[in-house]
Amino acid sequence: MTSTAGVAPANPHETATKAPRGRKLTGYWLILPGALWLLVFFVIPFYSLLAASLFDPKGSPLTGYDMTWHFGNFVDAFDQYKGQIGRSILYAGIATLTCLVVGYVLAYAIAFKAGRWKNLMLVLVIAPFFTSFLLRTLSWKLILADDGWVVSAAQTLHLTNLLNLIGLTSTDDRLLATPFAVIAGLTYNFLPFMVLPLYASLEKVDIRLIEASGDLYASPIRGFFKVTFPLSLPGVVAGTLLTFIPAAGDYVNAQLLGSPNTRMVGNSIQNLFTSQGDYAAAGALSVILMVIIVAAVMLYVRTAGTEELV
Amino acid sequence: MRAARRWVGNHLILGLGLLILAYTFVPIAIVVLMSFNDSSKSRNVYKFQKFTTDHWLHPHGWANGIWDSVLLSISIAACATVIATVLGTLAAFALVRHRFAGRSAANVIIFLPMASPEIVMGSSLLALFVSAGYGGHLGFITILIAHIMFCLSFVIVTVKARLAGLNDNLEQAAMDLYATESQTFRRITFPLVLPGIVGAALLSFSLSFDDFIITNLNAGQRVTFPMYVYGANQRGVPMEVNVIGTAMFVISIVIVVGNEVVRRRQEKALAA
Repeated sequence: MTSTAGVAPANPHETATKAPRGRKLTGYWLILPGALWLLVFFVIPFYSLLAASLFDPKGSPLTGYDMTWHFGNFVDAFDQYKGQIGRSILYAGIATLTCLVVGYVLAYAIAFKAGRWKNLMLVLVIAPFFTSFLLRTLSWKLILADDGWVVSAAQTLHLTNLLNLIGLTSTDDRLLATPFAVIAGLTYNFLPFMVLPLYASLEKVDIRLIEASGDLYASPIRGFFKVTFPLSLPGVVAGTLLTFIPAAGDYVNAQLLGSPNTRMVGNSIQNLFTSQGDYAAAGALSVILMVIIVAAVMLYVRTAGTEELV
Repeated sequence: MRAARRWVGNHLILGLGLLILAYTFVPIAIVVLMSFNDSSKSRNVYKFQKFTTDHWLHPHGWANGIWDSVLLSISIAACATVIATVLGTLAAFALVRHRFAGRSAANVIIFLPMASPEIVMGSSLLALFVSAGYGGHLGFITILIAHIMFCLSFVIVTVKARLAGLNDNLEQAAMDLYATESQTFRRITFPLVLPGIVGAALLSFSLSFDDFIITNLNAGQRVTFPMYVYGANQRGVPMEVNVIGTAMFVISIVIVVGNEVVRRRQEKALAA
């Protein structure tokens, strides 16, 4: 009888691809609990939401809702909340663009200029997450306060006039409770979501290609736009998506830093669900938001033309 | 001349980057500062009035409800972290170490929660709970279910990255030295993946502790710490919450640095 301990595995170097039959099932058992959880509490809820959006709007959480395939909910919700929907897209769009510009500089500095401080700077990028998102957002109330130095500095530099001119603020002496404050808050809160994918992409760029463009008499700026930026496109696409999607659904910044005139679609969905108990309208509005986001993402990914997303 | 321009070019970008990093820390500095603010004399809680260490030294005198909300958030985060880390680690092993039908579909489903707006995920879950007749029983369990759901993806991605970056020479060496499969796993594979698992657990804890949008929809009458802060905003946030915010920040930094030190030591030991 051969003792099992004394026998080396037939092929210790075997890889998962060549796993014997019994081992194939192990994979299923390992992933089953997690996959089930996501199926039941992430995938199936979308069907519940879709169903709720087609309920008879005359119901209430107390009396229950009848399923009447009421497609009119979508028309009503869109009609009533198109202002909020438009603002969500606009604010999230501006915040994403700002994050892209600011985040690119930071990611570029970390990837190419930080040297041995690279890891430390990366930790510092995510360090703001270590404290409460709501408290950090509330801090902006203090930073942008009416009698604070940011407002007076902006006034001295006539930035307030500029902001006023392009419609991001409505008076010369306030930054709080304006679209500007909401966009600033969104930009601040979602910046790390932009920086990390940008960094991941930039780090993979072969520095010799950039040097080669210099050797071929391209100016640094031309080299950047012809070589570095195109090579970092996957990071740009991933970063803009990871910033735009949560920003479009966010309502904390609009609530804490804005005014009733800056409410976004998230505010309305939240109110419809919790304060007004109008599940049909809330469901319809959520579905509309999701459809707009998915459509925007598909259009964007097709235009940007990258396939290595996930 | 050219060298000087190059030096400026190099350092200009680095300087800008550092400036941007500094900007991301301004609100944190304010949280720390406000934890020492005595706002009892004034109604304006968004202005530093007078220095005090009272909030730090006398946590018993804190405004009503803060501690309850913190304890609720900690217990939810702890439960969600344990469950999500276990389920997520198993799934990550399945995805990296095993080939099976539906693997790419699983990868997509794992990616989607990270790319969906929270408000949509939160309202979908609420719709599910309501249609299951659970609408009147929202509370600890429903919050926990939601938190495990969104933490899972992050755990899987983190552990997967660690597993995929693992050099399998060590495992092969162990097997060549007649270690059984389970010995190899216990003595080699698991210790090597552990920093990834710890990182994933930390990430889960902070995601869960900090979540507001999904929680707010599915919490019923319970109030978590972020919900407390949000609710308090209308009547003026008590300065004590900044103590919690500061403590969170300090504890996280200590844990992250500690984890990194352990990881480096381990790598050095392996390289030696």
